[in-house]
Amino acid sequence: MKSLGIGFIVVTLALLAFSTYQALFVAPTEQTMGDVQRIFYYHVPSAWVAGVCFFVNFVASIVYLAKRSLNADALAAASAEVGVVFCTIVLITGPIWARPVWGIWWTWDARLTTTLVLWLIYVSYLVLRRFAAGSQTQVLAAALGIFGFVDVPIVYMSIRWFRTQHPSPVMGGGANSGLDPAMLHAFLWNLLAFTCVGIVLIAARFRLQKMENQLEAKHTELALHGGSR
Amino acid sequence: MSPSAVTVATLLKDLRIEWRSKDAINSMLFFSLLVVVIFSFAFNPNAEESRRIAGGLVWVAFLFAAVVALNQTWARELGNQVLDAYRVSPAPANALFLAKVLGNFLFVVVLELLMAPLFVVFYQLRSVGPMWQLVIVALLGTWALVVNGTFFAALSIRTRSREIMLPLILFPISIPALLAMVDATTMILTGGGTPDFWLKMLLVYDVVFTLVCLLLFESVLNAE
Repeated sequence: MKSLGIGFIVVTLALLAFSTYQALFVAPTEQTMGDVQRIFYYHVPSAWVAGVCFFVNFVASIVYLAKRSLNADALAAASAEVGVVFCTIVLITGPIWARPVWGIWWTWDARLTTTLVLWLIYVSYLVLRRFAAGSQTQVLAAALGIFGFVDVPIVYMSIRWFRTQHPSPVMGGGANSGLDPAMLHAFLWNLLAFTCVGIVLIAARFRLQKMENQLEAKHTELALHGGSR
Repeated sequence: MSPSAVTVATLLKDLRIEWRSKDAINSMLFFSLLVVVIFSFAFNPNAEESRRIAGGLVWVAFLFAAVVALNQTWARELGNQVLDAYRVSPAPANALFLAKVLGNFLFVVVLELLMAPLFVVFYQLRSVGPMWQLVIVALLGTWALVVNGTFFAALSIRTRSREIMLPLILFPISIPALLAMVDATTMILTGGGTPDFWLKMLLVYDVVFTLVCLLLFESVLNAE
């Protein structure tokens, strides 16, 4: 099992190196945006990984409430943390790209705002995990995890409506409509590499959480029986 | 006792406590009055401007004020281990939850009724659109804030810094509801379009989150 994990990490690192090479040197330079467009190869895969992480968090939260398995809770904790990290990357790389291309760092457009609200929701999830006391943490966190994920489509719908009602700054992008094959190639490699990075990070955090749980259990045991042994 | 009897009994108990102490309503009233005054200094709007910003102002004031009442919802039950008594009693958890939601809903609606004239006077408000729609926005919006707020108050009562925890988890989830309330209110006040979409949005939000709350409340109440 352990050698399998190390093997996966090695493969992930190799993939990451190859996809970075693809993104920075092989993919053609975009005509109007120039080199700054290359941030697309990091921005979109990060968003994908963040989305998958939050979905995993949602499923793990439901499984925890149904089965009360500590493993499900550990997975929920790990995926929320990794999701917030990738969501932060999305929120940082976005403005770096937007400044030269749109001329502004930020606009309250539907997708940007939804991502920000998503980030806020899962940061509040992490805060709750941190502040909740003892063994009830898992239940409280699982409840909030379900609330957070249910909220996402509602947030998106409402903000899309809000922004189509009001005039908004000129939008660039729309890269989905016809991506150059060479760009698509680099993009898919990055998507794969980032997904693997996400898996590695979640697995590592999951292991850590399990160790913490074991440690906690031992502490409790020691506190209960320590004197008699 | 049937579930509805539990709900009614708990609700009446809370209303009686509130009637005698007036803790929640007084602090909410004073708090939202402060918000009205401070916002007026901060923006110094004329009648036209205030009609445009009033939607946001009113709901931010009510949201912040509601947190005051919501924080007291369960804190009140911690003394004398009342909450533990609820947990061992065979009464269904959701009956208790509904009673608390209805209680908070009434408190916040009373607050809104008392504050509405003040807003009109201080900001020289006059609605261009149909007034009765504001009532629907207020009822749906208040339910949206209160149902999630009561649930999250039950979450945050279990955490270390409980008073701070509630807004931290309630506000991010409430953003779409707040957006709907604010934009619908502004639309009605300025007469700029019909708020049909927002009313449907609020209705969906209310139904979805009421269901989620009812599904999860028992687990949260019994969390060990």
